[in-house]
Amino acid sequence: MTFLTKTGLAAVLVAGSVTAASAFTACQVTDTGGIDDAGFNQTAWKGVQDSMAEYGIEGRFLESQAEADYEANLNSLLGGACDVIITVGFLMGDATATSAAANPDQKYSIVDYAYDPTIPNVVGQVYATDQAAFLAGYLAAGMTETGVLGTFGGINIPPVTVFMDGFVHGANHYNSVHGTDVTVLGWNPESQEGLFTGNFDSLDDGRAFAQNLYDEGADIIMPVAGPVGLGSASLANELGTDELKIIGVDADQTQTDPDRAHVYLTSVLKRMDATVQAVIKAAMDDTFEGGLIVGTLENGGVGLAPFHSFEDAVPAELKAEIEEIKAAIIDGSLTIGG
Amino acid sequence: MMDGKDLKHVNEDMRKLLARAAFGRGDFEDLFVVPVFAVVAALVLGAVIMLATGVDLPTIGQSFVALAVGSFGSLNAVSETLTAAIPLVLAGLGLGLGFRAGLFNIGAEGQLLLGGTAAVIFTFSFPSLPFPVLMIFGLLAGALVGAAYASIAGILKATTGAHEVISTIMLNLISFRLLEYILRQPYIQREGRSDPISKSVPEAGQLPRLLDWFDPNLRLHAGVFVMLLAVVFVWWLLFRSKIGFAFRASGANPDAARYAGMRSGLVIVAAMATAGALAGLAGASQVQGVLGRASPGFSAQMGFDAIALALLGRSHPVGILFAGILFGGLEAGGRQMQVDAGVSIDLIGIIQALIIVFIAAPLLVRAIFPWGFRKETKGGKA
Repeated sequence: MTFLTKTGLAAVLVAGSVTAASAFTACQVTDTGGIDDAGFNQTAWKGVQDSMAEYGIEGRFLESQAEADYEANLNSLLGGACDVIITVGFLMGDATATSAAANPDQKYSIVDYAYDPTIPNVVGQVYATDQAAFLAGYLAAGMTETGVLGTFGGINIPPVTVFMDGFVHGANHYNSVHGTDVTVLGWNPESQEGLFTGNFDSLDDGRAFAQNLYDEGADIIMPVAGPVGLGSASLANELGTDELKIIGVDADQTQTDPDRAHVYLTSVLKRMDATVQAVIKAAMDDTFEGGLIVGTLENGGVGLAPFHSFEDAVPAELKAEIEEIKAAIIDGSLTIGG
Repeated sequence: MMDGKDLKHVNEDMRKLLARAAFGRGDFEDLFVVPVFAVVAALVLGAVIMLATGVDLPTIGQSFVALAVGSFGSLNAVSETLTAAIPLVLAGLGLGLGFRAGLFNIGAEGQLLLGGTAAVIFTFSFPSLPFPVLMIFGLLAGALVGAAYASIAGILKATTGAHEVISTIMLNLISFRLLEYILRQPYIQREGRSDPISKSVPEAGQLPRLLDWFDPNLRLHAGVFVMLLAVVFVWWLLFRSKIGFAFRASGANPDAARYAGMRSGLVIVAAMATAGALAGLAGASQVQGVLGRASPGFSAQMGFDAIALALLGRSHPVGILFAGILFGGLEAGGRQMQVDAGVSIDLIGIIQALIIVFIAAPLLVRAIFPWGFRKETKGGKA
């Protein structure tokens, strides 16, 4: 049968060169948003990249395409190839716990999940994002011209809604200080109900949801849905920033989305890169211990990005007030939602 | 009623149908040679695409080695390949059966989602049932709900003539939202979670993992037996049973089948229900064997991949089994490609799509690889 031999010829495989083994390898498994989502996964990956540059380690990542991939992706990183495995995202909580229990000698760290009780070989990285989002809400309330702000999320899970909580409380705080009546559409912190796209990947949804909020009068919108927000940014780009401004989340989106940098009033920073790097450092120094890292305004784990193109547009008093509130949150004299 | 010419045409169709039992060189080429060449052509084209996107030659070689090693090169690889193949084969069997009956069912995705959800709900609702009973009933619940959901499209077609392509696509859309609604109901939603996610399948309802005594990371589960049983069952149903003959006869020539006394409405509903039961079983095996819970989109497009799979397997149960193992291998191997060579997982999707394109165009494959096929003289086929 001739076709068999010909197939053999066609299927000749070129044996590849194996990259030189490095002393230390950090591996990351992303959520379904992908490594280049200009936010969440990308920021966490930046922590690995920074470590690669600074400590000369190897870094690898695996993208998950579906929830069924989580466990399989984790499994394919086992077998001694990775010194520390970093999983990104609340939805990977169960898969990470299962894998960690089955492989007690492997070091893990998960972004956005806190285990209770803690697991000895897993470091959870969580963030008091509401502190930074509170500042963003206060800023937005001070900047809006229509008196209406908007927000929407990807999925109704705590690491998303904590942004929205802070944003609404911040705007409310502005109202009580200045006697204004700014409303926030898209989230109700009391009932924990609001506007959600139901995914972390549809740019079309990001555009459509922003359009709806804009039609309802919102002129500043904070999308909390990873790359979905890029769709909202395109809308703002087309309408012009006088009509609609966007507040970025996770990373400073003027850096991750440079083409539309001018639409971002600011970004609510969740410094996953810093905490990921800290975990890698700990694993390298043998000081790795299972538990919890919490990023706050105080330790710089969360924060507000610079205003960039809006630097001159934001009034000096408002900037000063935000600094005061930041100090008050850090020293505990102001509690969010209190 | 009919003139002589029509009858001759009908007779010819019936004869072809009966002749299918005999396995000729043409079948061999269709079932094995075309798919093998399609895979080869897709891999080569995949390499070209990698080159075009700036991947260097050693990395391409490395990624194909990783693809082979990751799909069949170790016990873990084989386990992952089979684990991925189980739901694909089950859903593919249902679709292939539908194709044989002349029904182009696009609804496996929705049937799979609702079937899987039913299995989850059933198993956590009766946690006191002992191990094999709860597991089997969970699978049955999945199959039943899948069958019921698919029957809607079948009944619509049989009674009103609504085309199954349209109705099953629409039923898919409904199922996505329905699932989100179901998963938010207090009885079903996991305690302490505000996102749509179900409670977990209890231990007794899970398809036990077969190799975890050897290595806890091996995910292969008892669903593999369900898959093999289903292959045998569908083969028997299609080629050895009366209703299966009615399915095939209706698919080959609905008029002939009707004149032969087969009740076309019944055949449509029965074929859709069987296809739905298999898709529901696919969903149940995935939640009871791998995921342990239901969440939006847990089907991960398997219902659509299964369409490609059924076509690749030429709607033959054994063909679908091999096609499923190939797709499972591509999925498991693709993961390894990402790990070892850093090549994007999206490339695997492209290779899968290319395989389907080549399969769907057998003439193209014959034109590219003329030496692999017996020369056919026009019209003189044996």
